Formats: sequence, C-alpha cells, structure tokens
Amino acid sequence: MVERTPFLNFFTHLILFIGFIFCIAPFVVVVIAASHNLKDVNDVPMSLLPGSDFWVNIKTAWTTADLGPKLLNSFIMATGVAAGKVIVSALTAFSIVYFRYPGRMLIFWLIFITLMLPLEVRIVPTYAVVANVLEPYQAILDLTGISWLIEKVSGVQVQLSLGLLNSYSGLILPLVATATGTFLYRQFFLTVPDELTEAARMDGAGALRFFIDILLPLSRNNMAALGTIMFLWAWNQYLWPLLITTDQSHAMAVTELKQLIPNVGGIPEWHIAMAGTLIVMLPPLIVVVLMQRWFVRGLIATEK
Amino acid sequence: MASITIRGVKKNYAKTQVVHGVDLDFASGEFVVILGPSGCGKSTLLRMIAGLEEISAGEIAIDGTVVNRLEPRERGCAMVFQNYALYPHMSVSQNIGYSLKVAGVPSAERQQRIQAVARTLELEHLLDRKPMALSGGQRQRVAMGRAMIREPKVFLFDEPLSNLDAKLRVQMRSEIRKLHRRLNATSVFVTHDQVEAMTLADRLVVMNGGRVEQVGTPGEIYTRPASRFVATFVGAPAMNILEGTVELDGLSLLGGSRRLAMARTGLPVGAKVAMGIRPEAVRLVAPGTAGALNATVDLVEELGAGRVIYVDLDGAPFSVMTSEAVHPEPGSQVGLKISPEDMHFFSSETGARLDVFKASVPEPAL
Repeated sequence: MVERTPFLNFFTHLILFIGFIFCIAPFVVVVIAASHNLKDVNDVPMSLLPGSDFWVNIKTAWTTADLGPKLLNSFIMATGVAAGKVIVSALTAFSIVYFRYPGRMLIFWLIFITLMLPLEVRIVPTYAVVANVLEPYQAILDLTGISWLIEKVSGVQVQLSLGLLNSYSGLILPLVATATGTFLYRQFFLTVPDELTEAARMDGAGALRFFIDILLPLSRNNMAALGTIMFLWAWNQYLWPLLITTDQSHAMAVTELKQLIPNVGGIPEWHIAMAGTLIVMLPPLIVVVLMQRWFVRGLIATEK
Repeated sequence: MASITIRGVKKNYAKTQVVHGVDLDFASGEFVVILGPSGCGKSTLLRMIAGLEEISAGEIAIDGTVVNRLEPRERGCAMVFQNYALYPHMSVSQNIGYSLKVAGVPSAERQQRIQAVARTLELEHLLDRKPMALSGGQRQRVAMGRAMIREPKVFLFDEPLSNLDAKLRVQMRSEIRKLHRRLNATSVFVTHDQVEAMTLADRLVVMNGGRVEQVGTPGEIYTRPASRFVATFVGAPAMNILEGTVELDGLSLLGGSRRLAMARTGLPVGAKVAMGIRPEAVRLVAPGTAGALNATVDLVEELGAGRVIYVDLDGAPFSVMTSEAVHPEPGSQVGLKISPEDMHFFSSETGARLDVFKASVPEPAL
C-alpha cells in the first residue's frame, strides 16, 4: 500500500536524509582528511574544512604504496572472480533446474552447504589445496597403494605437485566456488515459463543451444547484478590474498593499503593513508555507477 | 502433409493415469479439433504427438513412422502455444527464423523465407519489433509464423486463441481456417471452446476423463451425440436432460410428476433413461396446451437475435432458446412443446446413447 500525505512524505524523506548522512559522513571525513597536510590532519579535533594538499597526498600515496601494479592485480583478480562466478553459477543452475538425473538433489544440497562454509572457515584446507592442487590425488594414490605399485614396477616415485601460490589462478579459483550465484540463477530460471523451453525444443534447439540462445540472453540482468556484487566482494577480499600472495608482484591493492597506515611510533601520516583509501575505493565505485541500471533490474524480478 | 495414427496411447504421471488408451486416425490434410473440458487429457495427447511428453503405452505414428522415440525436431511437427511462448529478447524476424537458424539454413535463404511468411501473415511492418511491443493478436500471428516457416508436416495448436479477446478470437479463427486451406497441412487443434471447435473442425474428437467420447463431423456430434456427456458439452446453452422411465405409451419424467405421451420408442418398458432435448428444439406454447409441459419462467436472457428462457420444471432447471418475438415475464406460466423426433435418449447408468425407432407420432391425448 502506498500512502501519500504531506506529513508522511516529509517523514519518510527525513528518514532517508538521516540515513544518507549516516552513510556519507565517514566518506566525507576521509575526503577531507585526505586533503590536509601532516599538521592539520593531526589537530584535535581535525578541521572539517578541506585543506589544499589533496593532489599532493594522492600522488604520495600512489608512489609510496606502488598502487599502479597493485590496482591492476586487484582488477584482474576481481574481474576473474566475477566472470568465473557468472559462468560457473549459470552452468550449475542450468543443470539443477533443467535436468533430471540421479543425485541431482544431493548435488543441490552440496552446493547449498558451501553457503555455510565460507572461505574464512575452511581457510587452512583451502590453503593446503592451493599450495598443491594435486595433493588430494596424491593422497588417494598413496592410500590405495597405487603409488607404491608404480614405484615397484617402474622405479619412478610418484610425486604430484602443482602449486598455485602467488598466482592469479590461486587467487581467483577458491573465491569462485561459492553458492550464492547458483541460487540467484536458480530462482530466475524457475520463473522462465516452461512453454519457452518447449518452444525451443519444437524449434529443434538442443539443451546447450537453448542455454546459449535463450536462457543466457534472458538472464542478462542477473548476470550484471551478480557480476557487480562479485566484483565488489572480490575487490574487498583481504584475508585470502594476504595469505597466499607472499610475492609483491601479486599483491592486492586492498592488502597493500596497510603499508600506508602509520606504525605505532611512526610518523602519523593519516592524510596519506586516507588518500590511498580513496584511490582503492574508486574502481568499485565506477563499476557500481556503470552497472547500476542492470544491477537493480537484476535484483528486483518484476520486469515483464 | 502426413497422416497421424494413434494406437492405444496411455499416459501416466507417477500413479495417476490421465489418458486411458486412445485410438485415433487423422487423415492427411485434415483439420482435427480435440474438444473437452479442462483436465480431460486433450493437451496431454497433443503434447505426446509433439514429443514434449513421453508416451507411457501404445504408439503414435506420423506418416506410418512410429515416432515414440523421436525428438520433437525429428517428428516434423510445429506447435502454436497458448501463451505464444515467443522469445522475449528476439525480434519478430528472429523469433520466426529461429528454427531455421538452429537447422543451419544460410542467412540469405532464411531472410527470404521470413519475408515470405511475414507477407502471408501481414507481419512485414513488425519484423524488427520485440514481442513485448506487440498486441495479443500480433503475437499470435508471430507464433503461427514461427510454426509455418518450417513447413511442417503437422501443425499442432494448443488452445492458441484462449488468451485473445472475443472479437480477435473470431478473426483469428477464420485466419487459421484460411491458412489451413492454403497450406493443407494436417492440423490438430486443442480447445475447450465448443464454438471454436465446431467452426474449425473437419472432424471433431470429444474427450472426457482421458477417454475419447466421440469422433465425428461437427454436424454428427451435434445431431447424434454418442453420450450424455457429449450431448451436454456440445451446444450452448447446454442440452436439457430430464431423467425418466419408459412407459408403454410415453415417458414418465421427473419421478413421475410429468408425463409425455409418445408412440413406441423401441426402448424396453420400465427402462430408466435420461431424455435430452436441445433448448433450440423446444417450442413455447400457451400454458395448458395439450401435450405440452407447463413450467414457470425463472429468467429471460436477451441475446438480440433471440432469447434464452430459463424455466423451472418441478425444481429441475430447463432452458428454451427461441427466436420468436415472445417475452414472457419471470414468474409467468409457459407451455413447452417437445417433439419426439428431437429427443435424445441416454442410458441412465452408462450415459451411452440409446437408439430409438423413429416413428411418426400421433398427437397425444392427455
């Protein structure tokens, strides 16, 4: 029910405005702090009038933390996660919704369970797997005695090893395998009328053809929404990149921000830290602004 | 063009059986309408012909080839769906040409055939639009174009007109009929609308409860319904049915409260029957006329060209359709004159038609 009275209008706008202030205030403080010099930023209380050193601080932050390559790394990783997620989720949801095969519900629930096991919970085993992707297979070979057999017969010791530490694949793959996207697609696929599927069958389209020609174009909005969310989520990842990128060449922008944060007893260069934060905040902001239209349409499923 | 043979076809969903052994033969080029109430299995039967539904038992052959195990695309059928089922993200021409694209027809030939189909259906000016920007009738035509372009052996229609408004429905009906005359492909049309069925069909199949009740031309079905179900389902307003008992020189109706005198019918005396009479076969006469049934008028429905008069016959509802200029007031008395040759008799137990000897009937003395 939509009620419109002058008082309610005013009241709802007031609430909106308070919420807006609440959200924007920290951001404004960051922008102001980034424009001060070392002395002003450490004044108590800090002046809320912007200073004049904004571009100088941005430049310092950029060079100090070497943000150029880090931003590129972050961008590759976030794009990889978003793209991987969009593709893998679409395929899994397609399989679950459109095919009847034994074990379908089991697979569905296995995917569901990953919702309850986020990366932070299973970070140790995940690290072990990424350190050597073939380790589980090696374990199987060892347990079944196959590696012993091979060693006896050929004299070759089986030692499977494929490490993904300090690589983009190692950064991206563990973040791709989560269930949220599958469910988003599943809900959408369930709303696609059966007659459309049948019409495609009558037109002679096989399953894959139907998926590519009909289903994927129809889920454009979903893909945009999921892609955006995943890009932001991956961009803001901290723990996982910190853990597996020991090499500076693969470091992420978000983790490298730490370099700008003053140490205890160090020079309190908060203006530089804030400037660095602003730089790192920018790419996701641009993505959201660009994708906003599709993003909203993908999440509210009322479009006819 | 192709003939369709259906032999002992059954359909089960888990434990419930929805189609109980159907045998039908459709000749090549015939326009067959399957008519029945919702849930009678008519759509299921159509979808089994199309290959969208598995056949639980029996077999379906198109042009002599058993198609039970063939994919829809291998059967040479095209289907028009109730909700049109157009691909919302494709333009009209892409929608129409999609099956050709899947089949790998080169683009130039595809465009040519799309143009030809669009010309037939008068869709040429809409080819670049999306389905969302079309009216119901236009969407329907696109759906037909999509079926036509493949030049199928068999056209299947699954209640394609039920989402259109009344005027458009009549228009599309004649368009479908014309189209069939031109293409001459075997067509199977499923509907629950008897007017649609009567006007379109070369041959009509009436189904009920997963069984075929009667197969025949629309005329045969109207004049000689094979069962009580067909009698009441086909025709509007529905045929009146009065339960009665056969007597030596007439018919005792409504538990003996009314009596119609008539000559020997050939039915055994004492048999329980259901006597059916079409509302349009009843004549209104002055109350008390010899041989007529007296009844009280409940309601008069004006149709313009005529009117339907609902009367109360000792509690039993009964309707009369007349085009005469009579306007009885609700509550007044009328006489209903029923000629024995217009009566249909059905077994009270099985509902099957009972054939009677047509005999000349003397004016009864009451």
